[in-house]
Amino acid sequence: MIEARELTKRYGAKVAVDELSFDVRPGVVTGFLGPNGSGKSTTMRMIMGLDAPDAGSVSVNGQRYHDLAWPLREVGALLEARAIHPGRSARAHLRMLAETNKIPPQRIEEVLELVGLSEVAGRRAGKFSLGMGQRLGIAAALLGDPGVLLFDEPVNGLDPDGIRWVRNLLKSLARDGRTVFVSSHLMSEMALTADEVIVIGKGRLITQQRIDELVTMSAQRYVSVRSPAIDRLAAALMARGATLQREEDGSIAVRGLEASEIGEIAANGGFVLHELAPHTASLEEAYMELTDESVEYRGAIGTGAERR
Amino acid sequence: MSQVEVAPTVPPAQTTGRYGLSGLLRSEWTKLLTVRSTTWSLGLVLVLGVGLGALATAETRAHWADMSFVERLTFDATRQSLVGVFFAQLVIGVLGVLVMSAEYGTGTIRASLAAAPRRPLLLAAKSLVFAAVSLVVSEVVAFVAYFLGQALLSAPAPHTTLSSPGALRAVVGSGVYLCLLGLIGLGLATIIRHTAGAIGAFVGILLVLPLIIAPLPHSISDRIERYLPANIGTSVVSAHAGGLSLSPWAGIAVLCAYAAAALVIGGIVLVRSDA
Repeated sequence: MIEARELTKRYGAKVAVDELSFDVRPGVVTGFLGPNGSGKSTTMRMIMGLDAPDAGSVSVNGQRYHDLAWPLREVGALLEARAIHPGRSARAHLRMLAETNKIPPQRIEEVLELVGLSEVAGRRAGKFSLGMGQRLGIAAALLGDPGVLLFDEPVNGLDPDGIRWVRNLLKSLARDGRTVFVSSHLMSEMALTADEVIVIGKGRLITQQRIDELVTMSAQRYVSVRSPAIDRLAAALMARGATLQREEDGSIAVRGLEASEIGEIAANGGFVLHELAPHTASLEEAYMELTDESVEYRGAIGTGAERR
Repeated sequence: MSQVEVAPTVPPAQTTGRYGLSGLLRSEWTKLLTVRSTTWSLGLVLVLGVGLGALATAETRAHWADMSFVERLTFDATRQSLVGVFFAQLVIGVLGVLVMSAEYGTGTIRASLAAAPRRPLLLAAKSLVFAAVSLVVSEVVAFVAYFLGQALLSAPAPHTTLSSPGALRAVVGSGVYLCLLGLIGLGLATIIRHTAGAIGAFVGILLVLPLIIAPLPHSISDRIERYLPANIGTSVVSAHAGGLSLSPWAGIAVLCAYAAAALVIGGIVLVRSDA
């Protein structure tokens, strides 16, 4: 469990994280989404006690990170791909970490096996590819078998096999009942991994919700309608509270009513329909819409949500 | 690899208590011994410390006959065998810098602080391990350089033994001097957090500062010079104390204060800044 309360971080005049509050619950994969530079990494570093917040607080399992008795046994983190001395072997890197928290040496071999680095564990980490470095970082995060895991952009530099492996790993960690908090600027990746997302933009919370809800409430979800009697049909639809928008190709985008409802209205009024096509927003579209700067746009989402 | 088994097969050994100095000391020991720069630097300290002392003493014996009366009168056989210290001090200072600055340069500091968020404890463990290792190596260098140097100073050149006045103190003091300079380097790196900047500061204090102070009026420079690390070094490695310098043990005490100040300021910087 991670609880952030009005977490704020300034760098000079720039506000990197702005009164950010959220909870990350155990048992699910929680995605942490936002464009590059939106404050994700800064937030993660504040959770880890690496950066001090200017205001607000954040706790892990009800404690400040600083006060944890065995930090690596409670929280595992992949903060950056390279937090590793290039001259030190992968095994030595894990050993020096394990020793701080009195983690038994057998566990080092276990996590090396788990991430598939056993064969190269004696080699200097500086010779590792980006993907191998990332796997070593993941091994370090899993070292203390912690109940809370943070991953900052874990699939960076991984090949498709590696990406699938990380995805399965995150899901299985959550299935174990662990708290899994993973940041990404790629909505498409989160769509396949996360159960829940926290979306931030410019350091502020935009939304925290289940990923399927995020798609449903998007303004990008509409029904495309064509009819020779479009004017009279439009009047009937608006009477039922729908928002209409004429598209360039002559069709009408209807928001606020399901396709089935539109069909019934058309049938009741005796209007011929040439097209009745529901459009579901992709998660990518929903995300773009949320992180967009335009205030008008955000208003449109608001009305959509109320209607549901 | 769809099913991933993450939990350990062996139950964790420790669940009560809290992480602390003993684990951090072991970790810092591992850190120090698993990078090449340590072996290289300490090897170089040995080669410079012993080798240059041997060269200097062999040279003295070869030219003893040509030396003037005053040169022979002021000749300090103990100091001559320990001259390598003045080269080794640069290497051990750089190693002290690297022990901390490499954590920042490579990003390891974030992994270290995630494992041990109580930062003064981390700095204490790092300083203790580095101090112990560098003291042992420095004392070995000082004793080997001394014995080898005295062996090379055969007749007609005079040599000393450890029972000669000031000799044992100079040899032991040389090792302590090197170790303290290494700790000053470590402290500077904790304050500055960059390898190049910290090495620059270290070399500046050791070699450039004397050049700045020398041209000042004697009334001022005489009072300051004795507190410079390099002058303390000269006093420490000599069997016979010079006129204006601090006594060897007073010099060591001053150096201890410098090292402590650098580490305390470093500790404050470490606690106050974002990693």
